[in-house]
Amino acid sequence: MTPSDTPTDDRRDPAPLLELAGFSKSFAGFKALDGVRLTLRHGEVHALLGENGAGKSTLIKCMTGVVHRDAGTLRLDGALIAPRSAAEATQAGLATVYQEVNLAPNLSVAQNLFLGRQPTRFGLVREGEMRRRAAAVLAGFDLNIDVAAPLESYSVAVQHIVAIARAVDQSARVLILDEPTASLDAHEVEILFAVMRKLKARGIGIVFVTHFLDQVYAICDRITVLRNGRLAGSATTAELPRLDLVKMMLGRELAHATAERALAAASGEAAGGREAAFAAFEGYGKAGYVAPFDLALRPGHVVGLAGLLGSGRTETTRLVFGAATADTGTAIVDGAKVALASPAEALHLGFGYCPEERKTEGIVAELTVRENIVLALQAKRGALKPLSRREQDEIAARFIRLLDIRPPDPERPIGLLSGGNQQKALLARWLATQPRLLILDEPTRGIDVGAHAEIIALIRRLCTEGMALLVVSSELEEIVTYADEVIVLRDRHHVARLTGEAITVPGILAAIAADAPAGEQAA
Amino acid sequence: MSLRLPRIGTSQVVALLVILAINWVVSPQFFDIRLQDGRLFGSLIDVLNRGAPVAILSLGMVLVIAMRGIDLSVGAVMAICGAIAASLADSYPLPVVLAAALGAGLACGLWNGFLVAVLGIQPIVATLILMVAGRGIAQLITEGRIVTFTSPELAFLGGGSVLGLPTPIVITLALLALTLLIVRGTALGLLIEATGGNARAAALAGVGTRLITLAVYAWCGLCAAIAGIVAAADILGADANNAGLWLELDAILAVVIGGTSLFGGRFSLVLAVVGALIIQAMNTGILLSGFPPETNLVVKAVVVLAVLLAQSPRLAGLGSNLFGRRA
Repeated sequence: MTPSDTPTDDRRDPAPLLELAGFSKSFAGFKALDGVRLTLRHGEVHALLGENGAGKSTLIKCMTGVVHRDAGTLRLDGALIAPRSAAEATQAGLATVYQEVNLAPNLSVAQNLFLGRQPTRFGLVREGEMRRRAAAVLAGFDLNIDVAAPLESYSVAVQHIVAIARAVDQSARVLILDEPTASLDAHEVEILFAVMRKLKARGIGIVFVTHFLDQVYAICDRITVLRNGRLAGSATTAELPRLDLVKMMLGRELAHATAERALAAASGEAAGGREAAFAAFEGYGKAGYVAPFDLALRPGHVVGLAGLLGSGRTETTRLVFGAATADTGTAIVDGAKVALASPAEALHLGFGYCPEERKTEGIVAELTVRENIVLALQAKRGALKPLSRREQDEIAARFIRLLDIRPPDPERPIGLLSGGNQQKALLARWLATQPRLLILDEPTRGIDVGAHAEIIALIRRLCTEGMALLVVSSELEEIVTYADEVIVLRDRHHVARLTGEAITVPGILAAIAADAPAGEQAA
Repeated sequence: MSLRLPRIGTSQVVALLVILAINWVVSPQFFDIRLQDGRLFGSLIDVLNRGAPVAILSLGMVLVIAMRGIDLSVGAVMAICGAIAASLADSYPLPVVLAAALGAGLACGLWNGFLVAVLGIQPIVATLILMVAGRGIAQLITEGRIVTFTSPELAFLGGGSVLGLPTPIVITLALLALTLLIVRGTALGLLIEATGGNARAAALAGVGTRLITLAVYAWCGLCAAIAGIVAAADILGADANNAGLWLELDAILAVVIGGTSLFGGRFSLVLAVVGALIIQAMNTGILLSGFPPETNLVVKAVVVLAVLLAQSPRLAGLGSNLFGRRA
């Protein structure tokens, strides 16, 4: 139909930019990569997809020499290269930008751009020259910022672009972006995409790792999917419809998850509204944190918090859980006024909280899955009433089975699990306390498609079992499927409340984008 | 399958055995133990007996370090409590003497805990205050003199014996058992490991991290008080200038040799005591060997380095690569 459908040129690029063949790597007998190949063409954005544990990270590390592969060849413009470290890979023209930008946040933008290769005269750094060049480099990406300011004073998106600019300026011809968009909001993603398009036009090949399928279809030319360390398939984006892609990633069907969702939606609606509020917050707020808001949480009722990054969603959840202390308003639980001054108090009121920052605020990495799961329940019982080892084993085994945590080994340090499984273990930590209110901040962020669907299904099920839920999510399509009520935030204000029919993606978007405080404060 | 050694503790126990074996080589009568006047004597008993103060300190220190803290003041607290015990010993009955000394140690520990848990001061700075001030307080108590006493009841705690075992060894074992009971018999151990491993995550899971911090520093102060009493009872007097001097460093070393990371998290009480014994076995070995005591510090440093290298995961990885133990 379209000119791009002419297959001959596309398939037989005479000189691919980067060619990987037969990549294999085993860790202690476990095959993390098994005969994987990937071909990257000039000016191509190539999505590298797969569930957590599929082998994406290992592939990238083997490519850049951070990890030594057992077998496989790597050709750049037809010439064999064998980088033995990230530095050698950069020298050869292969640069990687990771999800957590690995620059020095306290140094200036210019210093970061030229770290290790500062322009000098008589051995002294020429600060002015460096700033001038830094500004010029960033101007090439339409980024006009004060390059003398410390990097940390800019948003994560800008930090990513600086990292990319640094890589490209070091004559990178292949750029590997490992989940660069995981912590960016929609606008920032657009900025990043604009930069990627510019690089594409310069003939640079980009390997793009992401969990967001929308982004794959928005910017990628070709998709390679890994599953369990093997190549599951590779095709141009045009040739691979979304459903086929998901099937390729999962190697199984997702149909039942959708059906369950519809069923649960029906029962959830029936339950919502009739029950009295279990917890209510009136005029609750903290100066400079979140403006005072009203919030009612009912059993079997899901309240979604929507808004852009930094709009006050996480701050709202932290106030509700007592992780931050309100300076105005009242919190009422079961009809009685309560002082929510610490998470420990919230825990005893029957609240649970899965924070957004899983690694820094959720898991205790070196402790086992079992210990992480029983932690909140043990804190609730107090140190003097220890759960016996047998009880701990039972609880861990039950939730590992219930939530399908993999590998199903309760004695494995949780830090060794994939992100999706860590998240499930954190959910298990709270479910073990039998909470009446569960607060989930971005429960599906950075999680593979399979675990994603399971967590959504779990949210629905908990709701039908009569738990009150407060969920923050950046994925509006997701919120729409399960929320009974959506509160939209903007600039640290609760600006709109949508219920029933009004909960639609366009409706939420309109509320986020509205100029004046839209929406009404319903009772 | 081949026999597997336990994952943790192997290197410490092997190190202790190696050092004891070396001691045996330099002093063939090292393992000779004889019973005299109802008390056991011998170099091995001596290692246990002399190692008791550091072992007792390490039982408090290991919990503080597991919470990602540190307590530099334990040596000074030993001096304070030793001075109190020695000053009161001849004029008050033993229970009063002990209560006063232990109470002082507890107060010191609570002070450290207050600075760290409530005021949020970095542990190394917070405990440095008492490390410096404590020795001065001890000197004020003894009025700058070496206070001696003759009370046989107090002296028993340092030089007596129970069923043939010198009292300091019995006290150490009892304290080890008590600490194990308190920490591992309850869920405190898990909550300490969770807090030390990730304080923010533990607090968000509802763990009362402040209270635990306070309790752990208080316990450390109490252990220091016991060590101070034992040390004073041993020499029948209190020397405010030298009692417990630099022992905080030995206690920290014992904990680290015992495999507890200064970054907090997982800890082992038993291995901390093993660490204290490793240090004392070295001290005794050098004395027995007839080397000048000055070499003690250098040898100690080398052995500590060896034990730490044996625990290093990076070195372990290197070793398995070199010898191809793993596919």
